[in-house]
Amino acid sequence: MSDAVSVCNGASFSGAVQVLDAGLCGMITLRGDLADEKLSAAVKAATGMGLPKPRRIKKGKRGAVAWMSPDELLIFVDYDLADSTVTKIERALQGQYFLAVNVSDARATFALQGTGVREVIAKGAPVDMSPQGLPVGEIRRTRLGQVAAAFWLSDEEHLTLVCFRSVGSFVYDWLCNAATEGTLPRLTG
Amino acid sequence: MSARLARHGRLIDRRKPLQFTFNGRHLHGYQGDTLASALLANGQTLVGRSFKYHRPRGIVAAGPEEPNALVGLGKGAGFEPNQRATTTELFDGLIAESQNHWPSLEFDLGAVNKAMARFFPAGFYYKTFMFPRAAWEHLFEPIVRGAAGLGRVPQEKDKDTYEYFYHTTDILIVGGGIAGLQAAEIAGKSGLRVLLIEQTPDWGGRAMVDGVQINGIGAADWVEKALARLRAMPNVILRSRMMGAGVYDHGYALGYERLSDHDPKIPGPRHRLWRIRARRIITATGAIERPLSFAGNDIPGVMLAGAVRDYLENYGVSPGELTLVVTNNDNAYLSAIALHEAGLTVPAIIDARPEATGALPQKARALGLRVETGCAIGTVHGGKRVTSVTLCNQAGSGAILDEIPCDAVAMSGGWSPVVHLWSHCGGKLRWDADQAMFRPDPARPPRGANGAGFVIAAGTANGHLAAEAVMEDAAEAAAAAVRALGAKADPAKRATARSMPEMPILPVWSMPANAGPKLRMKTWLDFQNDVKVSDVRLAAQEGYESVEHTKRYTTLGMASDQGKLSNINGLAVLADSLSRDIPQVGTTTFRPPYHPISFGAIAGEARGPLFKPLRKSPIHDWLDANGAHWEPVADWRRPYCLRRSGETVKEAVTREILNTRQNVGLLDASTLGKIIVKGPDAGRFLDMLYTNMMSSLKVGRCRYGLMCNENGFLIDDGVVVRLSDDTFLCHTTSGGSDRIHAWMEEWLQTEWWDWQVYTANVTEQFAQIGIVGPKARSVLEALGGMDVSREALPFMAFQEGQIAGIRARVYRISFSGELSYEIAVPAALGQAFWNKALAAGGDFGMQPYGTEALHVMRAEKGFIMIGDETDGTVIPQDLNLGWAISRKKDDFLGKRAQQRPHMVDPNRKQLVGLLTEDPQVVLPDAAHAVEGPKRANGMENIIGHVTSSYYSPTLGHSIAMALIKGGSRRMGETLRFPVADGVVIRAQVVDPVFLDKEGERQNV
Amino acid sequence: MLSLHCPYCGVDVDETDLTPGGEAHLVRSGSGSDDADFEAYLFMRKNPRGVHFERWRHSFGCGKWFHAARATDTLEVFGTYSAQTKEPPQDVQERIRARRPDWKGFGKGDRI
Repeated sequence: MSDAVSVCNGASFSGAVQVLDAGLCGMITLRGDLADEKLSAAVKAATGMGLPKPRRIKKGKRGAVAWMSPDELLIFVDYDLADSTVTKIERALQGQYFLAVNVSDARATFALQGTGVREVIAKGAPVDMSPQGLPVGEIRRTRLGQVAAAFWLSDEEHLTLVCFRSVGSFVYDWLCNAATEGTLPRLTG
Repeated sequence: MSARLARHGRLIDRRKPLQFTFNGRHLHGYQGDTLASALLANGQTLVGRSFKYHRPRGIVAAGPEEPNALVGLGKGAGFEPNQRATTTELFDGLIAESQNHWPSLEFDLGAVNKAMARFFPAGFYYKTFMFPRAAWEHLFEPIVRGAAGLGRVPQEKDKDTYEYFYHTTDILIVGGGIAGLQAAEIAGKSGLRVLLIEQTPDWGGRAMVDGVQINGIGAADWVEKALARLRAMPNVILRSRMMGAGVYDHGYALGYERLSDHDPKIPGPRHRLWRIRARRIITATGAIERPLSFAGNDIPGVMLAGAVRDYLENYGVSPGELTLVVTNNDNAYLSAIALHEAGLTVPAIIDARPEATGALPQKARALGLRVETGCAIGTVHGGKRVTSVTLCNQAGSGAILDEIPCDAVAMSGGWSPVVHLWSHCGGKLRWDADQAMFRPDPARPPRGANGAGFVIAAGTANGHLAAEAVMEDAAEAAAAAVRALGAKADPAKRATARSMPEMPILPVWSMPANAGPKLRMKTWLDFQNDVKVSDVRLAAQEGYESVEHTKRYTTLGMASDQGKLSNINGLAVLADSLSRDIPQVGTTTFRPPYHPISFGAIAGEARGPLFKPLRKSPIHDWLDANGAHWEPVADWRRPYCLRRSGETVKEAVTREILNTRQNVGLLDASTLGKIIVKGPDAGRFLDMLYTNMMSSLKVGRCRYGLMCNENGFLIDDGVVVRLSDDTFLCHTTSGGSDRIHAWMEEWLQTEWWDWQVYTANVTEQFAQIGIVGPKARSVLEALGGMDVSREALPFMAFQEGQIAGIRARVYRISFSGELSYEIAVPAALGQAFWNKALAAGGDFGMQPYGTEALHVMRAEKGFIMIGDETDGTVIPQDLNLGWAISRKKDDFLGKRAQQRPHMVDPNRKQLVGLLTEDPQVVLPDAAHAVEGPKRANGMENIIGHVTSSYYSPTLGHSIAMALIKGGSRRMGETLRFPVADGVVIRAQVVDPVFLDKEGERQNV
Repeated sequence: MLSLHCPYCGVDVDETDLTPGGEAHLVRSGSGSDDADFEAYLFMRKNPRGVHFERWRHSFGCGKWFHAARATDTLEVFGTYSAQTKEPPQDVQERIRARRPDWKGFGKGDRI
């Protein structure tokens, strides 16, 4: 799979915060009845993780599971394991009513690092970006600038943002612009 | 003449002199000056010309209410017109120019309009520029255009950057005067999130200028302490240079932060537009002083009394050597006393009230100042500068009692609370007759999502003019906001304030009370738009009763200051003219923004490459580097063609078509929509969505399908693939993927929610590459890995497996009529596959092709294109696609509508092919077909229009498709298409399939 | 800029994250329906000054459709609820009655 390339091919920018193309990331959309024990067992078997609560993202050794809607999860695994994970889930849920599909290539993923990642996102997302509005470990699906995006903080200085692949370079440019040194509004004092 | 004083000026730093220019003149001011204070300090009283009569105009106010002092700022890429000198902070090197004059500010030819003032009454434009019609083009419009407009348009691209910032808070407090600071302290102590914003660089508002004492110390000291306490609260954010621009639904507010206007050397965005969501908004926006209506009140040197005080105390600037004060209230005496104490001369205080017995008038008299009660200004004399005023009785009609020399007039008609933000989202006002002001009606606030009022006015903005009442009201407002949000507040823990007591105001709307027409003609209401008392009276005489209509007829309050000074005076005149009370006439609607904000701030970061998201396919960069002539397709860019060096676009298109038809072409079709539909009810669902039967499609096969809306109109088309028993893949148009995915979800969620179907939009998961042409199979065989023979992979089938070592799904579908494969590979491997295909195709003469070749080839085959052959009013039957409409199905979306009488009319427009008489002539897109004699109105009788038209290099002649009334019955007819300049193109109606009617080329 | 509560995500979201879908609780008239019913389904929409039931999709979020009971005159929101229901839930109807005693009730008195 050495020929596989992410949208910005590993680009990075260092400004008020760091913006990194996080590279290829395995992602699986799983739609089904989230209350169904078979489904949570299938997710557990495939990823080693239980189901997250609404709006939460749960991380484990082999990836992460994010709540996307009342009948949808986004499962994060290694890029090379996405197809085989889909197969595992499909086998586990054979005969059930569900949909599991590899969407790894349809996405671009960016990692933001540093003090002020909340402020960078607040320049474009109509979301309460304060710690009480978006606690660590909560995923938010919304707009960034003019495009759809989802993001979450794994701690106060690390934010991951996922968007559609086709707008990946637009979002990268947008993030770098928003993260220009000296442009973050300091909210204290 | 106005001048800088040796003392005073608490906001300026005399150790930091600054250079600036005004109309090329080199002037200087100090750090802390506004452009207005610096101009006055340099004796520059004349700062502009009025909009209609080009009358000389001077600075009137000291804040955003200023109507006259609009200037062009900066130069080149940093130039911006219509900036208020009163809200422009001075910096070193500032360049300003006055506006609205020609050839110069001092000598303006447009001022002849002034002599014509009698001929420019209210509604002049409506009345004059009616007939004759031809005069519009040659006479009226050039004149009006030449004279109209304020300032000049910047000629260069703005060099600055701008941005948005979304912010959520519990309580937003607008206004950093003592009311806002007090409210912030009470609210801050509750622990709730508080954002306090102030439009100027300085905190404290007017309290310092007015000599207010708070908690026994001067206002300035209290403000410093309050700021320190607030800065220590982690839940409170303070922002100066940030204006509350607008209040909108459900607690949404716009904050306009000016980051570097005061110092362009500061890097980063110039303005930041805060998009604030607040649970409660406290407006502590203060009040604006009203002018008085007397003849000559627009002559430079006539200023608001409060502004005179501001310039004196804040900037150490005197408006003149002899400043006469005219008032109807006690407050203006503060200005007289301040001027006197600064060593300046106040020749008289003219007070319209029959008597003035309050503490301030007494103090003025004790200082030896001349106080004339029951009096008014008859007329101000002067041209570009006040020279004297005549004194008359307020009760009379202007008989002159005295003439008093002066070079400045400080006027005060009372104060109007700034109710704009309260009103923006529907807050109502009540008339306070005692104080002669509109103030917020707390019983009728703007309401939020939960039905409770979400704006609370505080302090002066709520109609409290005395400092002690301001502090009490601000504390109560904050406590009310805090309690409404379920937290605790103690309004008793507030500061106490003391100011000089003031006796009641006497409402004065005309000075003198019985001013005749001659004075009214010279009495200005709206300085910027040149609206006079006589104009409003004329409007009333002519039957304008509504304040909103009068506003538009006279342009009262329509200038860029939006009537901040003129509104109340104007509607008082209207009320008087109509013999009504002011509250009966009411006010015009206040709309955001409170004060003009920059276009840059509204656009935010969305300019240049960030203007609009551009969707890129995985092959985009390669195409860009290999001659792509781009065209927009929805938000995507697709290559119209790929030009080789020296080639024209047309030559490239022709080459690509011929090569694809003769050899093999390579197409990036990644933008096509791809939606997975899965579940036990997937087939049943697709049967409802598509006009044709999809549930009968066999696994491994593909079928072309049409989708209609409930009106029966065609909305999308594409190939449906059955991946497994319960799983389908629906291809949509490039522009349709998001829309169709949403369409599917809408039906599943809101109508058939008990059906077991899941969808997923996987459009961007795949790069989809077309290998198209007679040698396509050879290329795939060269790539290797999959049996792509006719037997293993027949037309309208697909295979999954590996091609060239990459996992792929290969569809045998064709949009060109050629032998064609579309290969879907993971998007991240799209470029890798493209490279391998190019390498393998080299031996077979393979060349990439673009969308125009695709279009021509599909038109040669008579295939329709959504958006070309459809326009939102076309049903499949119109396009001869009846074969794709199932008659076996009970129902599908659009079926019922397609049975409506108009839809089965045989005279509907139907799709036909066209062959021009001269085969080398290509019909223009959208050309109209006409028939028979012209209609009664002289127009042609149009029977249809061209939907697609191309030159076909394959066939060596032009081809076109058109929607023509009753077209399917017109085969062989020749139709007329009048195009430009009297030319008529004739074309014969033919079958729209021009090439390979039997489909032998694709089925090999 | 309205703010509506997405009943699925449990967050208040700006109008710009939503797609409006017009009047809620329409009954589809498909194949076989008579002209009057079909006309009403296709074209006739309420436009009241006051209580109104609307469809919204949290299109930039969870993608789910929900309904909002809203006052078109004051912008008060009485509640948001699942789109998968034939009429507004009882608690929402009760809240409307409490806030708007003159409301005639769901589907009553507000036909054009």
